[in-house]
Amino acid sequence: MAILHTVNKSPFERDALESCLKHALAGSSVLLFEDGVAAAVDGTAYADQIKGAMENVSLFVLGEDLKARGLGEHKLIDGITVVDYKGFVELAGKNDTVQSWL
Amino acid sequence: MSTIDVNGTAVEVDEEGYLVDLGSWTPEIGTALAKGDDCELTDNHWEVINFLREYYEEYQIAPAVRVLTKAIGKKLGKDKGNSKYLYELFPYGPAKQACKYAGLPKPTGCV
Amino acid sequence: MSDVKKFLYVNRKQPYGTIYALESLEVVLIGAAFEQDVSLAFVDDGVYQLTKGQDPSGIGMKNFSPTYTALGDYDINKIYVEKESLEARGLTIDDLQHLTWEDEDEDWAEKDSIRVVSASEMAEIMDQQDIVLSF
Repeated sequence: MAILHTVNKSPFERDALESCLKHALAGSSVLLFEDGVAAAVDGTAYADQIKGAMENVSLFVLGEDLKARGLGEHKLIDGITVVDYKGFVELAGKNDTVQSWL
Repeated sequence: MSTIDVNGTAVEVDEEGYLVDLGSWTPEIGTALAKGDDCELTDNHWEVINFLREYYEEYQIAPAVRVLTKAIGKKLGKDKGNSKYLYELFPYGPAKQACKYAGLPKPTGCV
Repeated sequence: MSDVKKFLYVNRKQPYGTIYALESLEVVLIGAAFEQDVSLAFVDDGVYQLTKGQDPSGIGMKNFSPTYTALGDYDINKIYVEKESLEARGLTIDDLQHLTWEDEDEDWAEKDSIRVVSASEMAEIMDQQDIVLSF
C-alpha cells in the first residue's frame, strides 16, 4: 500500500518529522509543508537524517511555503522534489492513504 | 457597511470612515474622504498623503506619528517635519487623518 | 529618565506557520510609542522571520517582512540573532535582510542593527532585562 506522509511542523520544534521518518516504509512518499519545509534545506541539523531516509522514501516539499520563507530552491537537499498545491493534490490522489504528522 | 459617493460611484468605508478596499484608492477617493471631514486638500496635504503612501508601499505599515514627523523632516525639511505644521494640516492627528485620505489602515499603535 | 525600562522581545517561531511572529512585530511597533529601551532577540525558529526574499503570496498571506526594515525608524536598533540557531538551520547572516538604523548624533550615519551573538551571549542579554516578552 502506498502512503503519503505529510509533515507541517518544524523539525526544530516538534518530533513530527522524526516520528514520520521512523514510520515511513520503503516506497512511500513524504511531503514537507508549512513550517515543515525548514527540514528540506541542506546543511541543517536534520539534513543527514533526511538524506538517509531518501534512500528508501521519496521526499517532496511545497514550493509556496519555501517561497514564503525566503528559502530558495538552490538551498535544498539534492533529490527533493518541489511541488505546488496541484502537485500536492496529485500526490494525495496517487497514494492509497494520507497520513498527516500534525 | 457605509459608503461614500465618489463622482457617482459608491465606495465602501468602515465605521470610522477608512477605505475598506485599500487597493482601490485613487486621488479622487482621497479628495472625497477629506470632503467628508470638511477638509479641502491643498498641495501641502498631498505632499504628506503621497509620502504616507510611499512609506506604506515600502514597509507595509502606516508609520506612527513620531516616525512620520521625523521622516517628513528628513525628506521635506525641518519647517515641515514638526508636529505644529502637521497638526495644522491634519487637526485630527496627522497619522490618523492623513492615513485615512491616503486610503491606508490606521497606523499601528493608534487606538 | 529613570522610568525607562529594558524590554526584550524574544522571537522563537517561523514567520507564517503560526501568528506569533506577526503578533510580536505589532506589539513591538505599538510598544515603540512608549520610548523604552527595546531589544529584539531571534532564537531557534525565530531566525526565519528575518530571511530575505520572503514571498508569501502563494500561501495567501501578507508579506510583513518589509516591516522589519522600518524598525530603525522606530529607534529599535538592537536586534540580536543567535549564531547557533542560524547554524543548526543551514543559514548565515547573508540569508537575512540587511537591517539598519540612522544615528541622529552622527549626521544620520547608517549603522547595522543586527548583531549575531552566541547562545551564552544571548543568555547574558536576557539576564540584563527588566521585562521579557516571549513569542
